[in-house]
Amino acid sequence: MKWESASQFFAMGGHGLYVWGSYAVALIAVVVEVALVRTRFRRALAAAPAPETGRDD
Amino acid sequence: MAKLNWFYFAAPNTFYPLAGKMIPWFTAAALGLAAIGLYIGFFVAPTDFQQGEGYRIIFVHVPTAWMSMFLYVVMAFWAAIGLAFNTRLSSMMAQAIAPTGALMTFLALWTGSLWGKPMWGAWWVWDARLTSELILLFLYIGFMALQASIDDPRRADRAGAVLAIVGVINVPIIYFSVQWWNTLHQGASVSITRSPSMATTMLWGMLVMALAFWMYSIAVVLVRVRAIILERERNTDWVRDLKARGAAK
Repeated sequence: MKWESASQFFAMGGHGLYVWGSYAVALIAVVVEVALVRTRFRRALAAAPAPETGRDD
Repeated sequence: MAKLNWFYFAAPNTFYPLAGKMIPWFTAAALGLAAIGLYIGFFVAPTDFQQGEGYRIIFVHVPTAWMSMFLYVVMAFWAAIGLAFNTRLSSMMAQAIAPTGALMTFLALWTGSLWGKPMWGAWWVWDARLTSELILLFLYIGFMALQASIDDPRRADRAGAVLAIVGVINVPIIYFSVQWWNTLHQGASVSITRSPSMATTMLWGMLVMALAFWMYSIAVVLVRVRAIILERERNTDWVRDLKARGAAK
């Protein structure tokens, strides 16, 4: 293990803000995209008419 | 499965269940590869002799930048196939790729900006690499906006396809921009013609993370294309049957 302590790890040699700012936004972007796309899928599935209701548009 | 007919899956009703079966595998691959890639990137790869620990942005910057260009080419490919052969699924595929491509482009720009500030002293410079990548973002957004502005899906597909195909010219411009013009941006770290200009473990971290983003992109695009299939084919018999059987998952 190359890091001597957790604080050293999070400091990233003084570049912590830049490194973690990159990874945090990437993580948020992925989580948001997955949430949006799953919502879209569920809505599309719910909006599709079931056989017994017949055509609704 | 001895003789697999690939054209069988070119129809939305046959591709839909196939995509559904593939999504968990690509999701698992993305998560596993990301775990390995981040471990290599943060715990195995050495400190850079020039950039210290700040260079570790590379493990998210380069994969997202690669995916931003690669996804555009794939999007334009499917759009072109849809335009040429009038195949519905190809156009839906192009439409499903665009938001993920735009997201990868945004992340490449964002992480690049956070890397540029400590290393170059600037969040942004108007050089060829950065400007052409920004144009890529506008191309994705333009593609989505154009399609959203046309009510008839097939007409939207055709209009979007023309834009996507014309925009492909930007991809080689991005890729070769660091060779063609003077720039602050460093050259390619990996190339086919010469050995990589970086430590082996750094390279592995980058490649594994690139694979992780690749698997992620496939998984999320497959979910989106399934949603688009349902949106467009909601009044067809096969979607009715699907709901009747409760087998939509």
